[in-house]
Parts: sequence; structure tokens; C-alpha cells
Amino acid sequence: MDLMSKNTEIQLAHVRSILDTITDPEIPALTINEMGILRGVEIEADTVVVTITPTYSGCPAIDQITDDITAALAKHDYLSARVALVLSPAWTTDWMSDEAKEKLRQYGIAPPCKTSLLDDSQEDPDVTVIVACPNCCSFNTQLVSHFGSTACKSFWQCTDCLEPFDYFKPI
Amino acid sequence: MSASAASTKSDLFTYTLRQADNSMVLCQRLCEWAARAPELEEDIALTNIGLDLIGQARSLYQYSASLCDPKVSEDDLAFMRDAHQWTNLLLVEQPNGDFADTIARQYFYDAWHLPFLEQLTRSHDTTLAAIAAKSVKEAKYHLRHSSMWIKRLGDGTEYSHQRMQDAIATVWPFTKEMFVADELDLRMLEAGIGVDLDVLKRAWESQVVALLISATLTKPIDSEAITGGRQGQHTEYLHDLLAEMQVLPRSMPNRQW
Repeated sequence: MDLMSKNTEIQLAHVRSILDTITDPEIPALTINEMGILRGVEIEADTVVVTITPTYSGCPAIDQITDDITAALAKHDYLSARVALVLSPAWTTDWMSDEAKEKLRQYGIAPPCKTSLLDDSQEDPDVTVIVACPNCCSFNTQLVSHFGSTACKSFWQCTDCLEPFDYFKPI
Repeated sequence: MSASAASTKSDLFTYTLRQADNSMVLCQRLCEWAARAPELEEDIALTNIGLDLIGQARSLYQYSASLCDPKVSEDDLAFMRDAHQWTNLLLVEQPNGDFADTIARQYFYDAWHLPFLEQLTRSHDTTLAAIAAKSVKEAKYHLRHSSMWIKRLGDGTEYSHQRMQDAIATVWPFTKEMFVADELDLRMLEAGIGVDLDVLKRAWESQVVALLISATLTKPIDSEAITGGRQGQHTEYLHDLLAEMQVLPRSMPNRQW
């Protein structure tokens, strides 16, 4: 490996470690990398290009995330960083790792199931999957509303411990 | 640029703008429910659906704006056009009415929007296909939600059944326009970019008939199609909607938050 590309490698690793400190403003338990929002990091000439994708089309957090990325990089003297937004491939909850899902659960949000488990022919595939209560782990839960506190979550209640909770919708 | 490439670009602009206008106008209508919905969960649901729609509208306006010559911005397209320049379906601009009217309008639109997007994911235009692939996941939730309410109210009490039946009758005449293909629709279909509205109509009808039966509701008798939205001939309601939606950017042009 020549010196030039070695420098780039080191720089990329540094940039990635900075990006690993940036969390989703609406779900601070997870970083944008764990959420699958961060899609790529490149260095073009002197510019760091960070590629991200929105979770939902209208996700209001995406502008905040863009600002957070440029601010964090500027703090480490990457002053000409640029954030690129891509729509394709469309974001899916399947990009969350098992560790990320466990963090969600500990934060009080029931993690999404694999989208391959959903049966689209069912009238309401969400109700056909069993959602465990993130507080008491009971499977006796019921859907209250298809839409919760943010676009990416539906609203549920545990019929054992009676706690209401959010379920991260598998998409 | 050759003449045919220029006309294709202008076709693509108008075709994209029509989808953007549908999403934007329906979003504005749904947001009128904020703090007024029958229950808190429903307040959140309707505005969340509106949020998805405005996100989709922004992607589509940004793409339309990129196809426009001379240059315009997404905000110019949303806030600086008058009613006769809007190309949305008449269905989406109809007033909210009561909750049943809103649900009827939403259900008939969702049952059209989802298969429309499913077809559009296979468009030869990669940007439209990408926007559709993202939106289709959101539209599935919209359709589930409005279907649930049609059933719950239709197959509820005698009173809720009657209100839902009346709402369906009110909205029904505006559903025909969704399937009337004009020259532009046919050219875009020919080019492998647009959606086949005949295929869409069959999918919509079978889905709607099945749901109405399960909700114990009766399909209204077909009437003449009321059309004109895509040609800028709107019902009076769009003027008031735009007046409210556009007042801020028009009274204070180029202001930033």
C-alpha cells in the first residue's frame, strides 16, 4: 500500500470514528450507523463525502442529522465535509444489527422483526407478528394505533404490565 | 437537446409534478385535522400520514424542479403557483367534512396510491422508481389504517354505518378521475416511465369492492366522471386551501427560518 492510500485509510477510519458518535436525534440510544442511516464515507480530493439515507420520506430528523455530521467533522478540522442524501436503495429496518435492536429494547422501544417475517397478503401483517413488551417481555400485547410518536413507530400496549410502548415498524 | 428529448423532459416534469401536487394537497388537508381529530391517537395518525406525504412531495418537487428550465426551486413549485397551475386530482382537494368523509377520501386515494407506486417502482426512470420504492413502504401503512376505519365504522353501529355510507356516496364521484388517462399518461406509459391506469383500475376496484362488502357497505351507483384537476380546472375548495398554505412564503418571499 503506498503512502497516499494509507493516509486515506487512516483518515477514513478517523472520520468513521467521529461519525460513530452521532446519534439519531429522535432515538438517542442508537447511532446513525446502527440505524442504517449512514450509507457510506468517501474522501474525494480534500473533501469528506458522507452519504446518508432517510428512514421515512418525511423524516424531520434528517436535516438535524446533516447539521450534526458537518458540525462534528468541522470540530475535528474536516471543514469541507459534504453530506449527500440518497433514496435508493430504500431504507429498511433489516439494516439494524441484533445489537442495535437490543439497545432499542433496553431504551423502551420494541425492536422491529425481520421484514421477511411479514406476510403482505395479510390484512394487517403487524398484528400477525408477536411483539414482546420491552418492559416485562410479555407476549400479551395489543396494537393501539398504526402510528406512534414518530413516523417509524406504531403504538402498543402490554395487557400484562399495562405499560404503553412504541414498536419500531418493520419496513 | 433534440426536440423529442426536450418534449420528453417536459412530459417528465409534468408527470412528476402531478404526483407531487397530489401528495402536497392531501398532506395539507390531513394537517387541518391537527388538534381536531376524534381521539389523540387519530390526531397523531393523520398528521403522520401527512408527514409521509410531504416527504414524498418534496422528493417529487425537487425532481420536477431539476427538470425545469428556467431554473425553479421546490418551494417555487409548492408556494408560487396559483390554483389553475395545480395538477392534482380533484379527490384530494375535497374538504375534510366529518371524520367519515376524510376516511372515505383517504381510503379511496390509498387504494389507488399503493398500486400506483408499486407499478412506478418498475419505471424506466430511475429517480421516479427510487422515490416510488421508498414511498410504497409508507403507503402500505396508510392503506392499512384507512381500511381499518372503513371497516370499523361501516361494520360498527347503525349510526356509524349510515355516516360511513353517506361519506362514501359524497366522495365516490371524484374517484373516476383517478383512472382517466390523458395524452400524457399514454405517452409516459408508452415510454415505460408511467403507470398503466387500466391495470390500476382493476386492482383498485377489486380491493374496494372486497373491503366495502366486509364493512357491510354498499358500492355507490356509478356516475359520470368529474375531471379537470390535471388540466388546472379545480373545485372552489383548492383556492382556499392554497390561500392558507401559501400565505407565509408569499407575504414574506425568500425568508428563512
